[in-house]
Amino acid sequence: MALRWSAVVARRKSLIKPVHKQFFGTSRPVKNGEFADIVISGGGMVGAAMACALANNALLRDKRIVLLEAGKDTGEFVVPDQFSNRTCALNPATVRLLSSFGSWQEIEGMRCFSALRMQVWESCADAMITFNNSDMSEPLAYIVENDVILAAIMQALKSKKDRVEIRYDTKATAFDLPGSGDSEEAKMPYVKLTLNDRSVLKTKLLIGADGTNSDVRKASGFHTINKDYDQSGVVATLMLGEGVSNTTAWQRFLPTGPIALLPISDTMSSLVWSTTKEQAKNLQALSAESFVDAVNDALWHDREKNAIAGRLLDGFKNVLNSVLPADGEGVRQLPPTVIDVVQNSRASFPLGLTHSSQYVRPRIALIGDAAHRIHPLAGQGVNLGFSDVACLNDMLTKAVSCGADPGALTHLLQYETERQRHNVPVMLTIDSLQRLYSTELTPVVIARSLGLHAVHSLPFLKKFIMERASV
Amino acid sequence: MNMRQALGTVCQCAKLARKINCQRLEGERFYGHSASRVLNSLRQMGFFESMISRGTYHQNIRHNSYTTMEEMTPEEKACKFQRPIAQTTIDEEEVSKFSALSALWWDEGGEFEALHSLNELRVPLIRDALVSKKTLEEYNIARPLDGFWILDIGSGGGILSEPLSRLGASVIGVDASEENIKIAQAHLIHDHAIRERVKYVNTTVEEIAKTQAGKFDAVVASEVLEHVADANMLVSSACQLVKPGGSVFFTTINKTRIAYVAGVLLAENVLRLLAPGTHDWEKFVAPKDLSYMLDKNQCVTRLLHGMFYNPLTKRWSWTKDTSINYAIHAIKAESSDQQNVWTTTAEQRKQESKD
Repeated sequence: MALRWSAVVARRKSLIKPVHKQFFGTSRPVKNGEFADIVISGGGMVGAAMACALANNALLRDKRIVLLEAGKDTGEFVVPDQFSNRTCALNPATVRLLSSFGSWQEIEGMRCFSALRMQVWESCADAMITFNNSDMSEPLAYIVENDVILAAIMQALKSKKDRVEIRYDTKATAFDLPGSGDSEEAKMPYVKLTLNDRSVLKTKLLIGADGTNSDVRKASGFHTINKDYDQSGVVATLMLGEGVSNTTAWQRFLPTGPIALLPISDTMSSLVWSTTKEQAKNLQALSAESFVDAVNDALWHDREKNAIAGRLLDGFKNVLNSVLPADGEGVRQLPPTVIDVVQNSRASFPLGLTHSSQYVRPRIALIGDAAHRIHPLAGQGVNLGFSDVACLNDMLTKAVSCGADPGALTHLLQYETERQRHNVPVMLTIDSLQRLYSTELTPVVIARSLGLHAVHSLPFLKKFIMERASV
Repeated sequence: MNMRQALGTVCQCAKLARKINCQRLEGERFYGHSASRVLNSLRQMGFFESMISRGTYHQNIRHNSYTTMEEMTPEEKACKFQRPIAQTTIDEEEVSKFSALSALWWDEGGEFEALHSLNELRVPLIRDALVSKKTLEEYNIARPLDGFWILDIGSGGGILSEPLSRLGASVIGVDASEENIKIAQAHLIHDHAIRERVKYVNTTVEEIAKTQAGKFDAVVASEVLEHVADANMLVSSACQLVKPGGSVFFTTINKTRIAYVAGVLLAENVLRLLAPGTHDWEKFVAPKDLSYMLDKNQCVTRLLHGMFYNPLTKRWSWTKDTSINYAIHAIKAESSDQQNVWTTTAEQRKQESKD
């Protein structure tokens, strides 16, 4: 700060009062369009949760927050009798976030089911791993339908109507970012959004929660890593045969991709089957009976067993057993038998990996799928998104308590650093798991089955993995 | 502008020319950067101010007034150079001219990065000290400094004034450079939420102290003390301006060898965090000297903290060690007749020697 104390300008009268008058005299209405402090683009699960978290943040109560949603207002949500085919496994961290603004209580009032145990195994060898909290007291994850999650968040959001303005049928069609180009708008230090009704909205911070094909990300020009797995995820709601209790999440790795069953009621499970695109097409075209047979076959068949890997694994198990006696927990359970598929519950969607190298730039932040999309095999996608919400909310709290502009880069960068430190290792792990299990090559099968069994037998490693997956 | 500084500019220009010739770095980025460098170093030397004062000088000639500023009596100065207090009605041309410069001040990754990140320490320091004076009923979490008047000495581009006003305070920013005032106003004008709570005034602390003594709940001089010619004058003016019971905050650099190495050699010449010539070790003030000066002006030091800047993470943190940067918080005595021991004895001695 260069200060020159020699340049003297004198001033005799009172300073403050005339200043005030002058200021009040010139406060003119906002030119060209409205102004909001924070705009969230995209009212999906993550975007709505962001809006809800901000609405409940006491430090932001003077700020004007707008949520833009391209879809229509669906009105009052009534839980349908039929289960939706799209479900999520919510981890404890997500439950904590949703509880903080009352949405979790709403979900419990509607419909959710807890998975106490998880079993992962594969088709090429006998190795398997199980996860559960001690005594099966605490659920590993809650399986909730996407519609229910969204409705619960929207309900909590609507109770905060005075804090967040929700605009349905609204989408930004053009973005003018500060410091890009020479236009008159570029000199404006804020983000200017042109909406589909041609109105203009200016904001200090634009949060992009507009999904994998994020327009905010494209407008920001972030470098993005894209990978197509050349796979499709087939989803369906399955009816299970008589069993003890349906509290286990099952996942079996097949060379074509993992198949997973998530419990959603005592007799029903939600299917997520990642497989080749052709097989996905066939599965959707099959009759209900043939589809059920295909699912049962995928869960039970033995024809891909690798004899060498099997023998080596048996030897390894014996060695380990003599060192670490089995504690009785983590015994292999048999997967359930599927007896029927709910009508019209079958659907498929393409699988891919997307990661934006940057999540922020001045006045822009990406959250959820707009920043990262991963393979559904560990059920982590939406949980990462909700963790973004919690982290960005914390960073904004910090920024605002220091009087900083909410769009100031200093704090946004801290959000980016913290999230990438968590998200990137998770993405790498899941991507390498996907690669590891997509082959039938004998040495790989041996290595992965011995490795999996080793992890299964070492409680501290297992605990570490569970902790990583729950934050 | 004295000879040394002028020489410095010439050297810098020559250096830049050499760089451009030798390295042939591509792209506008480099040119833009070097241009901003030159601009900034000129500003650091007060080049713009001298242009401005020359401008006013010519104006005087045109108006058949031949008295120079130095010859004028304070009353005359007040009449001739009375500027509009806060230029809220900046014309568009002015705004676009200064918005380019304000982008320089407000680029959080640029020239003033360390000042931006210093807000993480100094804003909470000021906030928490002032908030503790409020009752629970008065406390508004979104605007904790509601109702407080704060004077920001050496407001520059408004990097500290704006955050303080966002917390609810009414802020007067004073800066002796007219250019800085305009830069700060060009940035402030866009923020509707706070622009009615911040006023930037182009004046000096001594002048403002004449009329506004005892009006402010807090007076802040952040990263200013090490730039002024007369530290005593600044401290006594600051202490005059604050209300009895109010707070005075200083953040500055200690006068130690390590401060010279870190604050001048490393920061200016090696890491290039600051433009060379920003700091002059001779002007640095040690905390015990500052504390003494505050004491003389009926302000009791409440807190002294060291501050450490990590050039890798580009963030500041509090530390016990005050040998480089430090922050000081002093409270003005409730009534002025509570004379301090130091001053009374000093005055007594003076009187005795006179007698």
